[in-house]
Amino acid sequence: MKLRISHETVYGYDHPIRNLVQSLRLTPSVFEGQKTHEWLIEVSGGIRGPGFRDGAGDWIEGWTVRGPTDEVSVRISGRIETRDTAGVLRGHREIIHPTTYLRDTKATRADKGLEALAAGVSEAADTLDLAHRLSAAVGEAIAYRPGVTEMHTTAAEALALGEGVCQDHAHALVAVARLRELPARYVSGYLHSTIDGESHDAAHAWAEIHVEGLGWVGFDAANRCCPDERYVRLGSGLDAVDAAPIRGVAMGNGAERLDVAVQVEEIAQ
Amino acid sequence: MLSRTASNLFWMGRHLERAETAARLLDVGQRITLLPNTELGYQNEWNSLLQASGTSMIFAEKYGEATQEKIAEFIFFDRENPSSVVSCIEKAREAGRIVRTALTSQVWDALNVAYQELRKIERTPRARIDAASLTDFTTAHTSTVRGAINATQLRNDGWHFMNLGYGLERADATARLLDVKYFVLLPRIEFVGSGLDSYQWQVILRALSAHRAYHWAYGGDITAGRVADFLILNGENPRSLITSLYESVWQLEGIAKRYGDTVPTNARDKAREVLATLQNHDIDMIFDEGLHEFLSWFIREIGTISNLVHQDYLLGSA
Amino acid sequence: MSHYNEMYEHDRVREPYARLREWVDTMPDDFRQMKQAEAEALFRRIGITFAVYGEGGDPDRLIPFDMMPRVFEQAEWRKLERGIKQRARALNAFLRDVYGRAEIVRAGRVPARLVFRNEAYEKSVVGVVPPRGVYSHIIGIDLVRTGKDEFYVLEDNCRTPSGVSYMLENREIMMRMFPQLFRQNRIEPVDQYPELLRRTLESVAPAKCDDRPTCVILTPGHFNSAYYEHSFLANLMGVELVEGQDLFVDGEFVYMRTTQGPQRVDVIYRRIDDPFLDPLCFRPDSMLGVPGLMDVYRSGGVSICSAPGAGVADDKAIYTFVPEMIRFYLGEEPLLNNVQTWTLWKDEDYRHVMANLPDLVVKEVHGSGGYGMLVGPKSTKEEIESFRKKIEADPANYIAQPTLSLSTCPTFVEQGIAPRHVDLRPFCLCGDRIELVPGGLTRVALREGSLVVNSSQGGGVKDTWVLSE
Repeated sequence: MKLRISHETVYGYDHPIRNLVQSLRLTPSVFEGQKTHEWLIEVSGGIRGPGFRDGAGDWIEGWTVRGPTDEVSVRISGRIETRDTAGVLRGHREIIHPTTYLRDTKATRADKGLEALAAGVSEAADTLDLAHRLSAAVGEAIAYRPGVTEMHTTAAEALALGEGVCQDHAHALVAVARLRELPARYVSGYLHSTIDGESHDAAHAWAEIHVEGLGWVGFDAANRCCPDERYVRLGSGLDAVDAAPIRGVAMGNGAERLDVAVQVEEIAQ
Repeated sequence: MLSRTASNLFWMGRHLERAETAARLLDVGQRITLLPNTELGYQNEWNSLLQASGTSMIFAEKYGEATQEKIAEFIFFDRENPSSVVSCIEKAREAGRIVRTALTSQVWDALNVAYQELRKIERTPRARIDAASLTDFTTAHTSTVRGAINATQLRNDGWHFMNLGYGLERADATARLLDVKYFVLLPRIEFVGSGLDSYQWQVILRALSAHRAYHWAYGGDITAGRVADFLILNGENPRSLITSLYESVWQLEGIAKRYGDTVPTNARDKAREVLATLQNHDIDMIFDEGLHEFLSWFIREIGTISNLVHQDYLLGSA
Repeated sequence: MSHYNEMYEHDRVREPYARLREWVDTMPDDFRQMKQAEAEALFRRIGITFAVYGEGGDPDRLIPFDMMPRVFEQAEWRKLERGIKQRARALNAFLRDVYGRAEIVRAGRVPARLVFRNEAYEKSVVGVVPPRGVYSHIIGIDLVRTGKDEFYVLEDNCRTPSGVSYMLENREIMMRMFPQLFRQNRIEPVDQYPELLRRTLESVAPAKCDDRPTCVILTPGHFNSAYYEHSFLANLMGVELVEGQDLFVDGEFVYMRTTQGPQRVDVIYRRIDDPFLDPLCFRPDSMLGVPGLMDVYRSGGVSICSAPGAGVADDKAIYTFVPEMIRFYLGEEPLLNNVQTWTLWKDEDYRHVMANLPDLVVKEVHGSGGYGMLVGPKSTKEEIESFRKKIEADPANYIAQPTLSLSTCPTFVEQGIAPRHVDLRPFCLCGDRIELVPGGLTRVALREGSLVVNSSQGGGVKDTWVLSE
């Protein structure tokens, strides 16, 4: 699929801020399923700082805004060509040892509910099958419903609620996979449309599980599938905070408002 | 020099000077309470002095009517009063502790001893303390610190920032004190020789530790015009507006010379400009313009210079 | 158990101690008390109130100073020095490896789990090679002696070992109080340490730095228990002592806020822990760090000493593999011994330890400061049994070691001198060269018979001498 992506995040501040520093993980991954033709990151009033590829293969870019200013926008526009690799992250260069992704964070810490969910999956033919079953189990256990959970909801809390959004599904799948001693991580990116063709127009998240012999394989428990050509992968981490596309801190006090607009369109052949 | 270091040195100077101002207020305050509270309202005298330090509201809310004990407690010991001697010495010592390595051991010892002694006095039953000894205590210790600074510190940028803090604080304190009582300095016919005016002028002079110096400088009768001239334009009076500002400009010139062309000099330029204005005035011109208007203008300008010091040197960012 | 007394060789008082012995014997009691009081007053005056890192306790407390020096002969020291430098090289090679291809794990010499699931292993710096490949620039190696030629390493400190200010101040005060001792004995100086440290830091400036590097010391602030040491070192090195708020990121570099505007910083000797370095990379709630610092570091715009993630090399579980590292990376045999260590997550070790608790020392894997540990031979039955329950609840959290027969040194007590147990922390510097000043921090357990030298539990410090030839 050929996709055109535009993604704008606007931060508004009650009182002007100075010295805003951001770390952006907003550039598509390089692997067989993605080929980026054009990609532009702009931060209003910003200076492009250091850019580098980290050990997980993500392109990180630092930006600073000296200010003072009461509004900062982060604007992404680009064109990318995707193809279906059945969820397998083939040809992705990274050097972090998969075992590192067996570590817990606050968002993915296990509780009785997650332990029961992980233990409930049995009779898997092999690791890949186990991963599929875990993903399906998470999809069953947490119904998609926006507005009931928030940024800081943990996997355990979302499971107890039985409802949540893609972030909660991804956290829960990461948690149960780790309980079964499978390295797992949180992935952030974009989605063109859900499987029934409905356009998505929002940032998306899913999980990757490390399968011996195959490497990292993506699982979208929320949409009960593996990422295919409708997905654009940006980067990964131990949880949502660790994989966040934008992290930033500014000097100043007062409230911050946030406005996000994402568009993922297919370009006609 | 790190901006934070300079900032701490600057505020160390300001707080030491502020502690000294508080001690003088204490002296005057307790003197006022010794006078019979006549219909002429000595209580108001006291209150107006508190207004000068911007703390009369806090005092009224917490203590109500002024007595000598309450005044001593408020001006010397009260931590809720940000301008009390204890508050100021504590803040100065804290600032000094943070930049310990920028101070000579003599300065640090003097500052630290002042603080430790203060803690001792705090633990002493109040009944055994008289206000005069508190004033003496404060001026003795702040003078020791000041002396140690001038005798032992390197004449580097840090020294300039400390003394700049002293100078701007002193200019501000004198101007505020004058502004609160500006009306008694206006040359008016009706009070002349009534005893009231002369008494109020003395209160002001005493608050600035300037009553003896005044006589040295002018001799003869105390008149409104001379008092105002002494406190505003007299270059020999160490607390006059012109002396405080002159010394602040001198510190800023030192910093500007040391740092060269690449560092902004907005504070220096502004201070020069205000000083020039002051130098071009005589006391009649000031009265003609309006004493209150003149003092308000001056206090605003000192605030501006302080802000520019912050922007030029203490922010440290591009 | 018999303990090696460093004062004697067979039954004869050793040469350097012989002179000290004479010094002690001819010292009148009141003179000694006067000198002791003088030393204390000096320590208090310079404000060296300080707790060895992680021990907590009252920040305004003085650590007792023992005026009786501990002495090494040149030959003894040479041997130690070789062993310490060998260890320092291996630890840095290990760090370079585990943040790269992790050959030692691939070769099956160190279990993957111990490295990659370790809290101190920093995922975010995998693939980042700091200048000269050095991750840990100041390594404090805790040593004990059990015999004339027997030294054991208790622990490696690869992050931000503290105590070096004591090494320097102890010497300063001894020289000031007893100049004649230094005339009689030829003692190697240690006061070049700050200069060597500055040189070491400058030698690891990033490639992007094209001028003389600007180094700073980053402190959590004046409320920190080791603040004295931070400002002491900054002063002697002639570098700025900064807090997080003094630094900021602009574009590709880090700057400090000065009265003359922003000044670029090339090397940061940080005395704050990894999780607080940068809220954009680690703990988002940290107020001590510098937002964006890690991005600048990872793209080669600034050097951080020690490098983030260096802590994975000094973990108590990794400790058992240091001899293996020396063989694997250097192809050498270890010159310094490790203490035999049983890791309680192994069944076999667990059984051995539980059967022999009264004879062993048991420590928490992540504990420090002598807390959370059991010294079997010095504990009551009740203490042992209550500790046993703690181990049973979480065996993987513990390691056990035999009780070592720590050497003693003569130490001033109420009546003259008496032997007391000691350990040693030398400070090894790693930059373009590996350097070790002849000396270190000797800690002494002042209570008779005690083996715990931590200052929070009745430990004191001594000046440490290395005699020249």
